[in-house]
Amino acid sequence: MSETNSRFRPTQLLASRLFSEYGMLVVLVLLCLLFSLLTIREQHPSGKEAADALFRQLSVPDNRQRAIVIAARADSQDSLFTSTLRAQLISEGFSEVEVVQGDPQFLRETLTQRMNSSARIDIVAVTQACAPIVQTIIAQIPALQSAEVVTPQSRRWPTFLLVDNLRNVANQITVIAIIAIGMTLVIITAGIDLSVGSLIALSAVVAAWLIGELGGESATTGMMLLGSVGGILVCGATGAFSGLMITRFRIPPFIATLAMMQVAAGVAYIISQGKPIYRIPDGFILLGRGTDPLLHIPYAVILMFVLYAVAHVLMSQTTMGRYIYAVGGNSEAARLAGIRVRWVIFAVYTVCGLLAGLGGVIMASQLKSGAPTYGLSYELYVIAAVVVGGTSLMGGQGRILGTLIGALVIGVVQNGMNLTNVETYTQKVVLGLIILGAVLLDRFKQQGFRWKRQRPLTS
Amino acid sequence: MVSNSDDSSAQSDANRAGDSSAPTVLEMFGIDKAFPGVQALTAASFELRRGEIHALVGENGAGKSTLIKVLTGVHQADSGGIRLDGREVRLRAPTDALRAGIATIYQELTLVNALPVRANLFLGRERVAWGVLDAEYERGRSREVFELLGVDIDPETLVSRLNIAQQQLVEIARALLAEATILVMDEPTAALTPREVERLLGVLRDLTARGMSIIFVSHRLDEVFAVADRITVMRDGSTVTTRRANEITRRQLIENMVGRAIEDEFPKTPAVPGNGVLEVRHLGGGRVHDVSFSVRQGEVLGIAGLMGSGRTDLLRLIFGADQRETGDVLLHGRPADIRSPRDAIRHGICLLTEDRKAEGLVLSASAKDNFALPNLGSWSRLSFINHGREANRFAARVGELQIRTTGPDQPAAFLSGGNQQKLLVARWLETDSQVLMFDEPTRGIDVGAKYEMYLLISRLAAQGKAIIIVSSELPEILGISDRILVMRRGQIAGEITNVAQATQEQVMALAI
Repeated sequence: MSETNSRFRPTQLLASRLFSEYGMLVVLVLLCLLFSLLTIREQHPSGKEAADALFRQLSVPDNRQRAIVIAARADSQDSLFTSTLRAQLISEGFSEVEVVQGDPQFLRETLTQRMNSSARIDIVAVTQACAPIVQTIIAQIPALQSAEVVTPQSRRWPTFLLVDNLRNVANQITVIAIIAIGMTLVIITAGIDLSVGSLIALSAVVAAWLIGELGGESATTGMMLLGSVGGILVCGATGAFSGLMITRFRIPPFIATLAMMQVAAGVAYIISQGKPIYRIPDGFILLGRGTDPLLHIPYAVILMFVLYAVAHVLMSQTTMGRYIYAVGGNSEAARLAGIRVRWVIFAVYTVCGLLAGLGGVIMASQLKSGAPTYGLSYELYVIAAVVVGGTSLMGGQGRILGTLIGALVIGVVQNGMNLTNVETYTQKVVLGLIILGAVLLDRFKQQGFRWKRQRPLTS
Repeated sequence: MVSNSDDSSAQSDANRAGDSSAPTVLEMFGIDKAFPGVQALTAASFELRRGEIHALVGENGAGKSTLIKVLTGVHQADSGGIRLDGREVRLRAPTDALRAGIATIYQELTLVNALPVRANLFLGRERVAWGVLDAEYERGRSREVFELLGVDIDPETLVSRLNIAQQQLVEIARALLAEATILVMDEPTAALTPREVERLLGVLRDLTARGMSIIFVSHRLDEVFAVADRITVMRDGSTVTTRRANEITRRQLIENMVGRAIEDEFPKTPAVPGNGVLEVRHLGGGRVHDVSFSVRQGEVLGIAGLMGSGRTDLLRLIFGADQRETGDVLLHGRPADIRSPRDAIRHGICLLTEDRKAEGLVLSASAKDNFALPNLGSWSRLSFINHGREANRFAARVGELQIRTTGPDQPAAFLSGGNQQKLLVARWLETDSQVLMFDEPTRGIDVGAKYEMYLLISRLAAQGKAIIIVSSELPEILGISDRILVMRRGQIAGEITNVAQATQEQVMALAI
């Protein structure tokens, strides 16, 4: 019907296109704004940041001759704080700088001892977190009353926007986002892969088991690499098997991958005998928790961005990408245009399996163990990310970068709700509604923001 | 009104003879309808008398569908009105129209395949006794209505077991059960074989004798002239003229549709066939048995036959779309090992499929992407697409074939039928195919686009391409072919070499 044809005016088309490509981005930005506003608090610096702030406050010439005690707890953040501050003060010419670290009991005993041995303490430098304890202790030691307690200045800043928190969000979505690349390809071919959650577990277990068998806690980098590649390849083979079932035997993707979801989960339990595998060297966490020395971005996150760039190029610049869209849009037309439809479908399931395997290795690295319980119901988060990203489950349409945005939306919402103390159960409800909202948005986008009543359900 | 038809049948028989005094049952007047950006209907009017078959013709986009949709309550007119039996009515939804006695049978049938015929006939109007369906009543009424239509369909058969023609009759039966007095049929014969068409037209004539009024929308002018009492022509959203079928010639009708005078319906430059290109020896598979023939450069070979005679299957076998069981395909005298469409394309054979939406285009993709699909391999290096080359080739072919698009990114779904078809031809020309197989190349496209398609085919033949055309429209196949093969039950039943002197009867005699 050519009447419907002309209903799409160029301007409208442009508007809807802009919206389809950037609509979710706008939603993402709004979400970030919302959670930023909701989480504005007094932020007390800790670690190196606290040391820097205190150093600025203390480094006035008058203070050079005063005796400074840096008091803190014994954890790593506080150790970073004390060592940094001490080094800075000494290099600045402060003569009496001493560090006292430990639990409150220890702090009190040490300080009391010091005063008893008639030493002088003019300034006690502490982080905001330790300040109440130190103040209580000072109140109990009469000779210390004259000492000044100095804490780094706090500032009002959204918890959501703290570098640590943003890194946290990135870490949380990496696995989902990486697998979502493969899922996007699969869904664009009008398929679905339900097995990715189980593949995370399978890959983590296989990788951990291989590393454990090869060298245990003293495994070399090569062995770790071998174990990881092993985990990824096993998952790739599983994906390839699904692809084979779908193309050769025409089993619907939903069923084929549902079966593989069970098989993979079962195999993960069999290999691990139902228990987490911990025999992994400390170095293994580099991929999941290590950060680059310059900007301190986690390696896994960098890997994620690289993979998105590659996938984007694949889908927009290569013949394979075009064929994937074509197969999803109309597989018979694609076949009659000379495209090897089976090969394309086989390839996307294999790629999806490989990426799920990579996700499993990253998760094993983040948690420094491989357990068959990993990735439970992750397939749903992954599919949600793809759908929120604007890919149609009908196939033929979708964008890789949309999926990245979709994964970010899901990560930000979860993180934001955690920060604002939304209950876990409520979080599920909200997440479900967001998925629904994203699909509705997609519908409106295609229909030009109008309700349609006479459209049959099936078309 | 099926029941009290005895007196009106005599009356309507009189009407058919030319009495214009039959009461007007439906009047649409001054109908305007705008969609965002386009005026679909401008002061369209339409009048339907009791017991007449009134054909509505026009090119695609002329507004036929919109007018029908206004009548059936799918769209609401911006201005103008509808009178039924002299009373003005407002039809806000399809259910309103149904209640007013207007039943519509769309091109895409609306039966539930998994349910038996009986359940479909009473869908939404089930008669329930004590909380259970009254199957006996439904069965009885179904038989009655099929008897009335003079067809033999078991009410208990699953709809999925029926062929298209039978399903259409079920839809008509459903309209009768709903006591419809006006039947709207949108392209009812598009998917039927000639014999089925004949029967359908017979059923429609019988219905009018019982007082039913029928609006018949069709592209097939032969049928329009065979069955219609009056013809209304639409063009550019307006109703141009309404004439008695016996007072207008085919040519005048076409001129009214396209809005200009036409010289020749089938432009054809006589071919100068060159060397043999494609030869098929003892080809068999599926419905096709032992078919042998050859085509030469510059030749247009028509393949005629009834639907189901194996014409499409034959093309698909040559193209490698279906599995070949016996025989060989030779190109320039050498056997070509074709096992898939991919192989065929490499050998320079292409197939323009019968159903361009299901088997030709990726509707969700852009015009350019559809054009590029089989050509991407040759425009890419290390599988990276050369976008510049792609855009250039697209622009060149669009210009060459005068494809009307809003641009390379226009979704293929939004092109008109004729332009979709040209886009697919452009794609195959770009693969440098030497053998072009066209399956029903003008199905569902309007008169103007058909003419362009004939010109194109003729031009391609002159360029030395070997062309095979399958068509159900006999005038078309007689008009454009240099030679005709007629298929019957999967085999070649005969060959017509002297096409200029051949008649439709001659072809049909071989086909049946």
